[in-house]
Amino acid sequence: MTRSFNTSTDLPVTLEPRYQGPDELGFSRWLGRMPVWVLPLIAAVFLIWPTVVEAQTVYSAQKIMDIMAKWLPLLITQGFLMNVIISFFTMLFGTIAGLFLGLGRVSDNSGIRGFSWLVVQLFRNSPWLVLLFIVMLTLPFEIRIAGTYIAVPDWMKAVFGLSLPIMANLAEIVRGAIQSVPSAQWEAAESLAFSKRQIMWQIILPQCFKRMIPPWMNWYAIMTMATPLVSLLGVTELVTLSRQAMEAEGNNPSLLMPFFGFALIIFFAYCYPIARLTLRLEKKYAVKG
Amino acid sequence: MSDQDWTDQQPIVSIKDVHKAFGTLEVLKGVSMDIMKGEVICIIGPSGSGKSTLIRCINALNDIQAGSITIEGQEVHDTKLDKLELRKKVGMVFQQYNLFPHKTALENVMMAPIKVLKQPRDEVEVRARALIKKVRLEGKEDSYPGELSGGQQQRVAIARSLAMDPDVMLFDEVTAALDPETVKEVLLTIKELAADGMTCILVTHEMGFAREVADHIYFTDRGVIVEHGPPETFFESASDPRTKEFLGQIL
Repeated sequence: MTRSFNTSTDLPVTLEPRYQGPDELGFSRWLGRMPVWVLPLIAAVFLIWPTVVEAQTVYSAQKIMDIMAKWLPLLITQGFLMNVIISFFTMLFGTIAGLFLGLGRVSDNSGIRGFSWLVVQLFRNSPWLVLLFIVMLTLPFEIRIAGTYIAVPDWMKAVFGLSLPIMANLAEIVRGAIQSVPSAQWEAAESLAFSKRQIMWQIILPQCFKRMIPPWMNWYAIMTMATPLVSLLGVTELVTLSRQAMEAEGNNPSLLMPFFGFALIIFFAYCYPIARLTLRLEKKYAVKG
Repeated sequence: MSDQDWTDQQPIVSIKDVHKAFGTLEVLKGVSMDIMKGEVICIIGPSGSGKSTLIRCINALNDIQAGSITIEGQEVHDTKLDKLELRKKVGMVFQQYNLFPHKTALENVMMAPIKVLKQPRDEVEVRARALIKKVRLEGKEDSYPGELSGGQQQRVAIARSLAMDPDVMLFDEVTAALDPETVKEVLLTIKELAADGMTCILVTHEMGFAREVADHIYFTDRGVIVEHGPPETFFESASDPRTKEFLGQIL
C-alpha cells in the first residue's frame, strides 16, 4: 500500500502487488502533508490581514474583534458542533449501510450483486447536493410509529442525504478489502467446515478491518468538509449561523472575511489531525499487513 | 451404499472413475482408488498430472464431472449432501499453510471446534494445547503466524486440522514451500500421525518419505493413474516407462 516506493536495487525483486486504481487516500494525502504552519497562515490571511485593511475604512480592528468575540461561542456550540454531530451520524449510518452494500457486491447471488452494483454506481456518481435536495423534499417531516408521530428534524434528514454517497463509497472500500484477502483463506476455512457466513464474518472481515480504517477516515474528513452543504437547505450549522450573525451585524462586507475565515480555520483544525492520523495508520498497516 | 451400511472393513475413501475438467482442459480422466482405514497413501507424479486436483475433490473443494467419491460410504458429490458435515470428517493441510493471520497459533487451532462443532471453550483449549505440544510447538501458543517460520506454521496448520478430530487427513504438497531444514520437522509430525493410525492421503514430492511411510503409492500422469503398488515393489520394479522416467529424474 506504500505509494512512494523506492527500490534501491535493479535486481529483479518481487514487489507486493500494489493498488493500481485512483489513490483512495488522495484527500488525506493532500491535507495531511501540509505543514503545520498552514493553520496560522490561514488565520493571518483571512482574519488579521482583512481586519487591518478594513480598519482604515469602516470598522476599527477593535470593533471587528469585539463582534467576532461576541459571536464565537454561538458559532462553535450551535454551529460547528452541529457539523460534527451531522458528520458522526452520517458516518454511523453510512458505515452500517455501506458494509452490507459492500457484502452485496461480493454476494454469490447474481441478483443481489447486480442490485448492489447499481445502487453503488447511482449514489457514488450523483452530485451530493442533488441527493440532499431529493432526500430533504421527499422525506416526510414526521413519521408514524405505532400510532405516535415522531418529528424528523431537518438535520436528521440531512444526515440521511449525506449518508447515501458515503454508503456507496464505503461499500467500494469494503468490497476492495474483502477481495484483497487471498482466496486460499476461504479454502482453508471451508476445509475446516466453516459455513460461508461464518467465513465472511469471523475470518475474512476481521482481516479486512485494519486495511479499511485509513480509507474510512479519509471519507470521514471529506464528508465533514461537505457538511456546510446542508446550510443551503436551511439546517442550522456553522455557515448558516455565520450568515445570520453577519445579517444581525448589518451585513457589512467587512465582516465577510473574518466570519468565513473562521469557518475555514475551524474545519482545517478539525480535519488536519484526522488526515495526519490517516496517513500514519496507512504506513503502520502497510508494514504489518 | 448409505452411511449406515458402511463398516471399517470397507474402504474409508473410495474413488471410482473420477473425471474432472476445468473448461475444456481435462485434468482427471478416470481415476480410481480405494483407501482402507488407517492406510497411508502417497500420490506422486509430475506437476500438472492432476494430483492436487484429485485430493481437492475428496473434500469437495473442487467438484467432479463424472464418477464417484465416497467417504465412509457417503457420496461426496451428492448435491443433497451437507458439505459441512463431510468436511468435519476430512481434514486438509495446504502447501501455503493458510493460517488465519489475525489469530494466534492457539486461536487458529481452537477456532473451528468452538465455532463449527460448538464445543465448550475450556475443553477445546485443553485439547488445543495438547495438539500444539504434539506438533512440538510448546511455547508458541501465543505467536501470530507472521512470527513463525514456514515449518512452524505448517505444523500449526496440521494441529488446526487435527483439532476437528477428522477420520481422514489430506496433505497437499505440504512441504513444497518449506526450507529444506524445516521439511524434516513437518515430515516427522506426519510420520507420527501415520503411526497413530490416522488415515492419510498425501500428495508429495518427497520420495524418501513416501517410501518410508506409505502403505501404497500411486503414480499419476496426465490425469490417469499409471501405476500403483506398495513402496517396495513400486520403487524397485516399476514397469511402466513413464514411471521409470519420472523416478529416474527424481531419484
